Amino acid sequence: MELSISKAKFTPKVFILVALILLTAGMLFGTIGGLQYIVPGFLKEALSFEKTRPLHVSSVLFWILFASMGAVLTYLKEHTGNKLFSNRLSQILFILFVASVIAILIAYCFGVFGGREYWEFPPILSTPIIIGWILFLLNFIFSVGTLKNQPVYIWMWLTGIVFFLFTFSESYLWLFPYFNNHVVNDMNIQWKSYGSMVGSWNMLIYGSSIFLMTKISGDKSYAYSNKAFILYFAGLFNLMFNWGHHIYTLPTQHYVQYISYSVSMTELLILGNIIYGWKASITKAQKYFNRDAYRFLVAADVWIFLNLVLAICMSIPAINVYTHGTHITVAHAMGTTIGINTMLLLAVCYDILKDTCISLDPYQKLMKFGFWLANSSLFAFWIALIGAGILKSKWQMSSDQIAFSLMMQNLTPFFIVFMISGALLLIGIVLAIYPLFKNHLACFLTEKTGPLN
Amino acid sequence: MFPDKQKFIVFSVLCIGFLSYSGYLYSHLPFSKSNFSASEAQGKALWQKHNCTACHQIYGLGGYLGPDLTNEYSLRGSSFIQIFLKTGNTTMPNYHLSETEILQITDYLKSVDQSGKSDPRKFSINANGTINQ
Repeated sequence: MELSISKAKFTPKVFILVALILLTAGMLFGTIGGLQYIVPGFLKEALSFEKTRPLHVSSVLFWILFASMGAVLTYLKEHTGNKLFSNRLSQILFILFVASVIAILIAYCFGVFGGREYWEFPPILSTPIIIGWILFLLNFIFSVGTLKNQPVYIWMWLTGIVFFLFTFSESYLWLFPYFNNHVVNDMNIQWKSYGSMVGSWNMLIYGSSIFLMTKISGDKSYAYSNKAFILYFAGLFNLMFNWGHHIYTLPTQHYVQYISYSVSMTELLILGNIIYGWKASITKAQKYFNRDAYRFLVAADVWIFLNLVLAICMSIPAINVYTHGTHITVAHAMGTTIGINTMLLLAVCYDILKDTCISLDPYQKLMKFGFWLANSSLFAFWIALIGAGILKSKWQMSSDQIAFSLMMQNLTPFFIVFMISGALLLIGIVLAIYPLFKNHLACFLTEKTGPLN
Repeated sequence: MFPDKQKFIVFSVLCIGFLSYSGYLYSHLPFSKSNFSASEAQGKALWQKHNCTACHQIYGLGGYLGPDLTNEYSLRGSSFIQIFLKTGNTTMPNYHLSETEILQITDYLKSVDQSGKSDPRKFSINANGTINQ
């Protein structure tokens, strides 16, 4: 490992490799969590659900962050045609983030939590993340130099980096008594920050996928077009103002609901539109050459459509009343995190980690099988969550509610499908990414070009 | 292609709007008066320390393995809550909480209960798709 992060050998590819390890770990923790739904008390003493859930959530969110950082730094280098402003800053960023992830995951295992809903860990561990992110921002700004005549993905990356820093810091306002003195005040600001934070890493991912599509098509015109910028600004508008759909049922000011409802969630449609427009311009030969990465972009297209329908429904308060607090919300979160973000990032991973030391051709069947297994399992997983959500919604609205534990028992068939499909999803993703690891292991062992060159 | 100047203007307008909205929300929080006593605040800290939100929801936000506890205090009463906190159950571990800690968490849930209603059956739906509590 000293070799891999030494100054001479360090490249942003290490972010991608760590990201893939975190993705695998995150899905493994998710599978254990799924098992705890159908076998009550499973690992209750050693690894109870209040540990497995944050282990799963943080591993998956750090997969997104590491892969996004790796993608931005790699593609930024390709875009400028030069080296980054500072390789050393990237190294420090990498070390700070790896140290944070290790500390956070160990803290969970010892039962040390931040105790916040969604993404939580002891607040002190956010310090290296904030410092690392500031270095990331500085490296980006000095590498790009100017925003004049820049394509849309540069704007998206800058926006994503700046807004992640803002919203991540904002999510710690609860440490001040002024914000933490009332549960509703606290939750109001918490979900303002989280809602926009998701939009910020979406900017990093979508910007990277636009860069990748530019690379695949060989046509840069779209990235500079008016349409691309209109869609980008529409996405930014959503990032800033549509977070309120998370808290429609919270007793907060009504204007939060009205603003979020009217702004609505159109960002996913925006990306679908961008990708769709590009597909038509790619020749069959180009598609074949980039087939591994392209396959995942096509899968993301399908998931964008499915989740867009769900997102639009959930952004209507009158429907949100029925879906809020049910597994339909989880279906949306999983559909966007795995179906869209993960598929897009896997496309980027394939592009960045493609065959450098061994040919991936002998693994084509395996990778295709992994791809189809992952996507079909994800579909079953998604449907099972929606099914469980519909039944829970019916229970929530019922005038003669049965006990919570009985309602959960009734959902067991859905949880079984959810758990099995989750395990198959894990297997599918591992099969799909295994050749990428094998390639880099070969590079490392032969020291042909070095795994990180 | 839009000139860069126009892009900067749109970007600046959006950022000013966002910062103004954020500032307004910070200075106009839904509840201006603190509803946490010392014991309730300590209960909230314990709630976070044991990561209760991994399994339980407040206002529908949290994990789904356990029930939503927003109005559990008025629905079931403090004794019911305290028994669970004392012993755990098949799914919930026994955290070996002291009597004081159990009272503090119960106090916290009492203050959450008093902050509003989370039962979706209590919401009214308007013709334009919005909702009222």
